[in-house]
Amino acid sequence: MSKARHTIALFATLFVFWVLLNGTLAPDTLVIGVLVALAIALLFPNSLSALDDLAPLPRVAGAVVRFLAYFIIQLVKANVALAYVVLAPSLPINPGIVKVRTKLKSPVGRLLLANAITLTPGTLSVQLEDEFLYVHWVTVDSDDIEAATASIVAGFEKELEVIYG
Amino acid sequence: MVDALILVAAVLAGLAFLLALLRFLLGPGPADRVVAFDGLTIVSVTGIVLAALFADRVIYLDVALVYALLSFLGVIVVARYLERRP
Amino acid sequence: MGTLLDLLGGLLLVAGTTFLLLGGLGLVRMPDVYNRIQAGTKATTLGTLLTLAGAACLQPGWTIKLGLIGLFLLFTNPLSSQVLARAAHRGGLHPAGVTKVDRLAEDNPRELGPKELGEPS
Repeated sequence: MSKARHTIALFATLFVFWVLLNGTLAPDTLVIGVLVALAIALLFPNSLSALDDLAPLPRVAGAVVRFLAYFIIQLVKANVALAYVVLAPSLPINPGIVKVRTKLKSPVGRLLLANAITLTPGTLSVQLEDEFLYVHWVTVDSDDIEAATASIVAGFEKELEVIYG
Repeated sequence: MVDALILVAAVLAGLAFLLALLRFLLGPGPADRVVAFDGLTIVSVTGIVLAALFADRVIYLDVALVYALLSFLGVIVVARYLERRP
Repeated sequence: MGTLLDLLGGLLLVAGTTFLLLGGLGLVRMPDVYNRIQAGTKATTLGTLLTLAGAACLQPGWTIKLGLIGLFLLFTNPLSSQVLARAAHRGGLHPAGVTKVDRLAEDNPRELGPKELGEPS
């Protein structure tokens, strides 16, 4: 993505948030919003935005919806599993830190993947090194890199690959 | 009826707060305390939202948002310190 | 003002705070920092989101602002957990004795120093 497009996307994101937070379209509020959003967009050209590296919109829409649906289901599952572990008197855990590999290239894609992993059943991203993720797993099924990747990463990666190319 | 449910929710949030506080006091390491602090803040954000519902004042939600923001920054800063990078 | 929506909102509030309570319980019961972070992040994220959804049902006019808080937490909550977990590991905090495998420590042998920064309990 070009620098100019990045700045415009960041400016637009900031401005939309500003308007939503203020909940008003009064002219003076809008002017301040434009000035502040512009200043931030120009001062931080190297920041990350969820809009970076985005594939063309029509191709992405379906994948975004599927990603969110899959994510919400996983989040609920994660909490039910956690509730079971926490409430069981014996505290049935089998923790470990495993290594997995991602095919994603985009930094934002990797960030979203790491975030999604953290919020899904029993897994917590500890460190991201290039294509490798170190993941803390409450109930380790397998510490083999391929098996762990299939079990932890694959579900999200499928959609994120479409979204961030 | 709804008020009663809000009250139940507030009690549950209060208990969650106490448990996180227990972990904060027990430690044993600084990282444990930061985790507990993070938990305390998020429970507090929920508490503020409940308070906004009770008092029927939308302005409290801004307080919750800024509180969440500051807590996030706080955790990041302390985590950087714990990393002890050269 | 539909009373059904009010009831749904109230129930969502209670469900959300129940998850918060489970998260608190996890914070206390789990054996080491990494497991505690897991319990802390997941339960509090879903718990808070449900509570915000419940509040939106009770006060439909607040939906946008509640949605912003939810979106913000959805991004920052896992992020702070990850940064904290990484910091704990770099700071030399060993996972608890029950831990099966630690690939990160195997790949970065110098990272974990002597056991000093808070013994695993």
